[in-house]
Amino acid sequence: MNIFEILGPVMVGPSSSHTAGAVRIGLVTRKLLAQKPVRAQIGMYGSFLATGKGHGTDKALVAGLLGMHPDNIQIPDSFVLARKAGLEFSFTEANLRDAHPNTALVEVEGEQGRKLTVQASSLGGGRIMINRLDDIDVNCTCETPTLIVHNMDQPGHVSEVTSMLAHKSVNIANMSLYRDRRGGKAVMVIETDQPIPEESLKWLERLEGVIKVTYINVGGEI
Amino acid sequence: MAFASLDEVIHLCEEQKQPFWKIILQDDMNERNVTQEASFIQMKILWEDMLRAASLYDKNLKSNSGLVGQNGGRMEEYVKNGDTLCGSFMGKVIATALQVGESNACMKRIVAAPTAGACGVLPAVLVPYYEEKSLPDEQLVQALYTAAGIGQVIALRAYIAGASGGCQAEIGTASAMAAGAIVQLKGGTAEQIAHAAAMAMKNLLGLVCDPVAGLVEVPCVKRNVVGAVNALSAADMALAGIKSYIPPDQVFDAMKDVGDHMASELKETGKGGLAVTPTGREVTIF
Repeated sequence: MNIFEILGPVMVGPSSSHTAGAVRIGLVTRKLLAQKPVRAQIGMYGSFLATGKGHGTDKALVAGLLGMHPDNIQIPDSFVLARKAGLEFSFTEANLRDAHPNTALVEVEGEQGRKLTVQASSLGGGRIMINRLDDIDVNCTCETPTLIVHNMDQPGHVSEVTSMLAHKSVNIANMSLYRDRRGGKAVMVIETDQPIPEESLKWLERLEGVIKVTYINVGGEI
Repeated sequence: MAFASLDEVIHLCEEQKQPFWKIILQDDMNERNVTQEASFIQMKILWEDMLRAASLYDKNLKSNSGLVGQNGGRMEEYVKNGDTLCGSFMGKVIATALQVGESNACMKRIVAAPTAGACGVLPAVLVPYYEEKSLPDEQLVQALYTAAGIGQVIALRAYIAGASGGCQAEIGTASAMAAGAIVQLKGGTAEQIAHAAAMAMKNLLGLVCDPVAGLVEVPCVKRNVVGAVNALSAADMALAGIKSYIPPDQVFDAMKDVGDHMASELKETGKGGLAVTPTGREVTIF
C-alpha cells in the first residue's frame, strides 16, 4: 500500500467500505449509464442490508448517483438533493447468491431512457468491484479502461484482440479468460493502461466468432 | 515498494544521515513516480483536511442511530473548567479524539488514518500539540510521513482492517503511527520513533472489534481516546530512553499472530463482545 492508502482517503464517514465505497458504486453506475439518472431501484445485500442504514450506505449510493465523490460534505443530504435533481429512488432487499457481503444491485434509468443494471461490491478501504453489468459477469475495478469480449471458445480470438491492442499502442494491465466448457462460450476481461479507440471496438464486433463486445471507460477519478 | 521493516528504515536513516520522514518521502517519490514537491503538497492537503476535520466538530450532532454524539462537547467543557485528572493537554487530546470520532459517525468529512473508525487518533495527538507549541505546518506534514511509513510496515507485516485482525489492527496501528509521529515532533531519533510505535502497539495487542449493531460507533469512538492517550505514554517512554524488549517489527508480527488466532465473532461481525451484551443486542437501526 502506498502512503496515501495508509493516510486517506479523505471521506465523509463513518465507514470506508459502507460509505465511501458506496458513493463510488453510485458514481460508477452514473458514469456507466452516461446519462443523468432519473429513476433508481437499489437492492441491498449482506452487510449493506444489515447495517447500511446506520452507515449511511443508502444516502451514499444516492449521492454517488448524483455525481458526488466520497469527500463531498453534501452526502448526508443526498435524499433531498435527489428530489431536487429529479431522481426518483427506492430501496429493496436484493436476492443474490454467493455475492460479496457488501453488495448493491442498482437498476437505473437515464433521462434519455437508457436502462442499466449494475451489481457492485465494496471491498474495503473505499475500493470497489463491478461484478455484473446487465447479464454479463465483469468483475472489474473500473479504475482503468476495461474491455470485455464474449466469443466462441475457439483458437485465435485472444490473438486477434491482443494484436489489435498492440497495433493501437494500448498496453494490457490485467487480463483474464473464462469459458463455460471446451468449445463453448468464452469471455475475456482485459484492463488497459490507455483508452481503446472506438473504431477498433466496432472492428472487433464484426469478427466471426465474437458474440458481444463491452467497453467500460468511466474516465477520471472515482 | 513499501518497506518491509522498521529496521530497514532505521538502517537507511543511519546510512544516509537522513531523518525518518525523509526516507519515507523518498520512497513515495520512487513508488508513485512523483516529484518531492508533488508528494509534499499532497501530504500537506491531508494535514489541512485533518485540521479541518478537528475544527469543524458540531457539539449538537447525533449519529443516525443516535448511539453517539455530543460527548466531544462535554469533554471540552470539562477541560475548560480546569480541574481534570490528566491535565489540560491530555484533556484536549481526549476531547479531540472524541470529537473527530463522533464527526465520522455523524457523516462529517474526515481523513481515514489508517481507517475511518480510527480517524480520531492521529489528530487527537497532533492537533493539540500543534496548537499549544504553535509549530509550523511543515513539521506536522513531516510527522505525517513518519506516521504513514509506520502504518505501511504494519499493513505489510500484519493488517490494518478490523475485519481482518480486530481493533488492534485499526486503533493499535493508529496508536503506533501517532506515537512515532509525536516522538519525531519532540526531536526523537529514528530508533525512538520505532520503539514508541512498538510500545504503543504492544499495549493494545488483543483488542477485539466488537461494534454494537455493526456500526462504527460503540465502542469505536471512545477507543480512539485510548489509542491517543496510549500513543502519548508510549512516546514519553521512548523519549525517556525506554525500549521495547521485543523489537518493533516482531511486535507487528505478534499483532498478526494474535489477529490470526482471534475468533471471527470478534472481527467486525457484530457477533461477539460488547455487541452481544443484553444492551448491545437491544440496538436496532431499522
